[in-house]
Parts: sequence; structure tokens; C-alpha cells
Amino acid sequence: MILERAIPRAATTEPLWVRRIVIGFGLVFVGLFVVVPLGTVVIAALSHGISAYGRAISDPQALRALKLTLLVAVIAVPFNVVFGVAAAWAIARFKFRGRALLITLIDLPLAVSPVIAGLVFVLLFGAHGVLGPWLSAHGVKVIFALPGIVLATTFVTFPFVARELIPLMEAQGHEEEEAALVLGASPWQMFTRVTLPKIKWGLLYGVVLCTARAMGEFGAVSVVSGNIRGRTSTLPLHVEILYNEYEYQAAFAVASLLVIIGIASLIARRVIARRRKEAT
Amino acid sequence: MARRTLPGFGLTMGYTLVYLSLIVLIPLAALAVKTAEMSWGELWKLATSARALASYKITFGASLIAATINAVFGTLLAWALVRYRFWGRGIVDAIVDIPFALPTAVSGLALMTVLAPHGLIGQFLSPLGIKAVFSPLGITLALVFIGLPFVVRTVQPVLEELEPEIEEAAAVLGASRAQTLWRVIFPPLVPAMLTGFALAFARAIGEYGSVVFIAGNKQFETEITPLLIMSRLEEYDYAGATALALVMLLVSFVMLLAINGLGAWSRRRAGHV
Repeated sequence: MILERAIPRAATTEPLWVRRIVIGFGLVFVGLFVVVPLGTVVIAALSHGISAYGRAISDPQALRALKLTLLVAVIAVPFNVVFGVAAAWAIARFKFRGRALLITLIDLPLAVSPVIAGLVFVLLFGAHGVLGPWLSAHGVKVIFALPGIVLATTFVTFPFVARELIPLMEAQGHEEEEAALVLGASPWQMFTRVTLPKIKWGLLYGVVLCTARAMGEFGAVSVVSGNIRGRTSTLPLHVEILYNEYEYQAAFAVASLLVIIGIASLIARRVIARRRKEAT
Repeated sequence: MARRTLPGFGLTMGYTLVYLSLIVLIPLAALAVKTAEMSWGELWKLATSARALASYKITFGASLIAATINAVFGTLLAWALVRYRFWGRGIVDAIVDIPFALPTAVSGLALMTVLAPHGLIGQFLSPLGIKAVFSPLGITLALVFIGLPFVVRTVQPVLEELEPEIEEAAAVLGASRAQTLWRVIFPPLVPAMLTGFALAFARAIGEYGSVVFIAGNKQFETEITPLLIMSRLEEYDYAGATALALVMLLVSFVMLLAINGLGAWSRRRAGHV
């Protein structure tokens, strides 16, 4: 108490005008760069009235794009979730040579441009690619088709779950798992009754990140999809098609669906993060 | 660590390696295979064509400027969020993540609309002769947008962990507030700022979706490297696309190493304070 009084307040914080300027800068920066553009999307989407908005998002091609987007996420996300849990178990629970290298390799897709993520699959499976001639001889279409879109999406969302779980499981330690085993649990029982409840919030957080990115991916999917309208266009690609055809209001309407997905993921992340804090 | 008491190492490790190879390593190896088909001279020619060089200049130049702006304003914003209590703080804190949560195509579309000559912000810029779309400025602004969360989210936790006692000690020992800021608070923030800068830069050089709408994509002027790769692919010029991708991957890899190194430095620094 004595010490606290001895320190002049001016010495541990900034003068009011400095605080106001810094706060003002922050608000203006965020406002101009984030709030105004987002607001514009919503306003432009509704610019021709509610019924035009309804028509734009219930257009058969928009619905097909939505369906494709959901389908891609439903395939890509579970694969990455299983991988994330397995990788986190191996990396956080055991010591082995090359552990740091493995973690770096898992992070690699984050450092690669989405366009390059798409490119590698074209080089591999495209008509002139390494496996292209063999695939077309057997009638399998990967590029400009669903498998290519799923692969590219899986690539760009690859690290999300693993990155969430590795530090979490490292921090949690493994005493409870050992106790379960000593008390006679089978490895599967140990996993479902001890490990899974311990990591559930972190896992859920990773799933949200992974799903949001999977539904919103543009660059990588754009390279492999060929943008065949109504067939291989996901929601973000459909936005681009509409925009390039000067169907602005429809483009914004479809974009607003993606805004909703993005903001829903943001809210979900906040809620999960809070739950997680309460749980620990 | 318990090596034998816990089960499942073989299974999970095997699965991890197989899946990693199938989804990431083998596809990336396709790039190496394609490169091996070319001679060094050919590769060099493709990677350093006039159009490629112009695209590097725009991509790396705009990314550098954008990451620098983010490093400065992101740190200020993180400071305001951690140190000051003001109306709307929670909302601003949540909004910071929006550029990360929003699909890039939507970001591009939104920025394009706002900055266009008749847009909400563009209408004030165009009378001043400032061209904010179809220009390098537009590209830079899009990259500032997508890079914003990186600096804020790396600096914020470091600021939160700074102990107030150190500042109080500095004040008691007679330091002015400016001296405390510069000599006591700033040094431990530097590694975090640099990490945020590197993350924002790494993201910016590969960025595609938010830039294509606003860039105008004119050769030699506003064509970023990812877009040039895209055009090469559309012309079925796989060799050309591969050469460019290789240059970008090389830079990304250096950035990844730099970020890991900075992370280690940051932890050491924070540990000392």
C-alpha cells in the first residue's frame, strides 16, 4: 500500500490525451479496415430488397455451390480431425528423433500459398501431370472435379486440429492416462474416457477453425476446380463468378452467407475458449 | 517421458506419417519432379522473366509495406486492448479476428467495393487523385487487412504477461514514463513484434483471394506472383508455374525458419524479464 502511494500515477501510465489518441487510432484502424467493408457487403446484399436477396441465395446454382461447399467440408474435416488427434498423441506423449522436424512439416501447409497448394495437385493429377495419363486411362477425374477440391481443401486445412492439440496435450501431461491403464482400462477405454474428455474443448476449437477455413477456401480450390459453373464451384468461387458477370447484388448476397459462416465461427471460437478457461 | 507405459505410439505415428506423406509431402514432391524435368538454365529463365521479376517486386514490396504498417498499428492496437479500458473494448478485441475468419474472396470483394471511386471510402480518395483500386496501393491495403490479426495476436499475450512491478520499479527509481516505455516495456516486445511482422509478411506474399479483386491484375503493374502462377496454369505452362512456385516456396521456407527462430528468441527474452 505504502509503495503504491509512493509511485506517482503519471509514471506508470500515459497522460489522458495519449491514451485517447492510442484508443482513437485503434478504433479508427479497426473501423475503416474491418467494420466498414463488412457493413458494405451486408448493405449491398440487401440493396435490391429482401426478396431479391432471397432470390439470390435460393438460386439453384447458389444452392448447388452451398451443397458442394458443405460436402467438401464434411469429407475434409473428419480426415484432418483423425489425423490431428493421432499426430498430437504421437508427438505430445512420446519422445523420438526428428520430433521438431515433424512439427515443422505439419505446419508446412500454413506457409505455402493457397495457389501453390492447388498447383501441386494439378502437377500430380492434371492431364499433363505425373499421374494424369494413368488416371485418365482409367477414367478417374481428380482435377476439375470433386476429388481435387477435397484434396486441395484437406491440404490447406491440414495443420489446424494438430496445432491446437499438440501444445494442449503437452501441457496436460499423461498421469491420468497411466492411472487408467494401471487400473485395468484397455487402450481404447483410456482414450475415450480419459483423453477425449480432457482434450474436448481444444479439439472442438480446432474443428471450428478447420471447418471455417474449409468452407471459405478460395485460392487453392480455384486452381483445381476449373470453375465449372454449378458443378465445381464452391460458395467462394460462385461469388467470384457472379462478380465477374456483373451480378453484383447476387454476388454480395452469396458473400453474405460466407460472412455469416465466418462470424458464426468467430463466436463459436470465443465461446469455446471461455468454456475451456472455465474448465481448467 | 514414459515410453513404454502408454500405448499407441506405433499406430498413431504410422498413421501420422502416412497421412502427412499422402496429403502434403507427395504433392509437394510433384513440384520437385516437375523441376527435375527442367535444366538449370531453363528454370532460371522462367523464374527471372521480366514479367516474373515485376510480379516479385509488387508482391514482396506490397507485403513488406503492409507487414510494417501492421507491426506499428497492430502493436498500438494490442497496447490499447491490454492496457486501457474503454467502451467497446470487447467488441474490438473480437473484431480483430475477422480478417482471419472471413473467406478471402469476401474480404477482397468487400475492400474492392469500399475503395472503388464511388465506394464509401473511395469517394473521398478519388478527388485527391488517390487511386485505391487497380493499383499497388489497393494491393497493399488488402494485405494490411489480412495481416492485422497476426501482429495483434502475437504482441497481446506478451503485453499481458509483463509484470507491472517492473514498471513501478522503473518509476520509483526515477524513470520518466517515456524512459520506462522505451527502456523497460519496448525491449521484451521486440521479438513478438518481429514474429507478428514475419507472420503477416509470410501470409501476405502467398495471399491470393483478397488481392485479385482489388488488384486489377495488369501485367507489370498490379500482377502479384500467385496470380501470375494462375495465368501460367491457365495457359497450360506448367513449367513456368513451377519455376515461380519454387521461388515462392523458397521465400516461404526462409520465413518459416525465421519465425521459428524468432519464437525461440521471444521465449528466451520473456524468460529473462
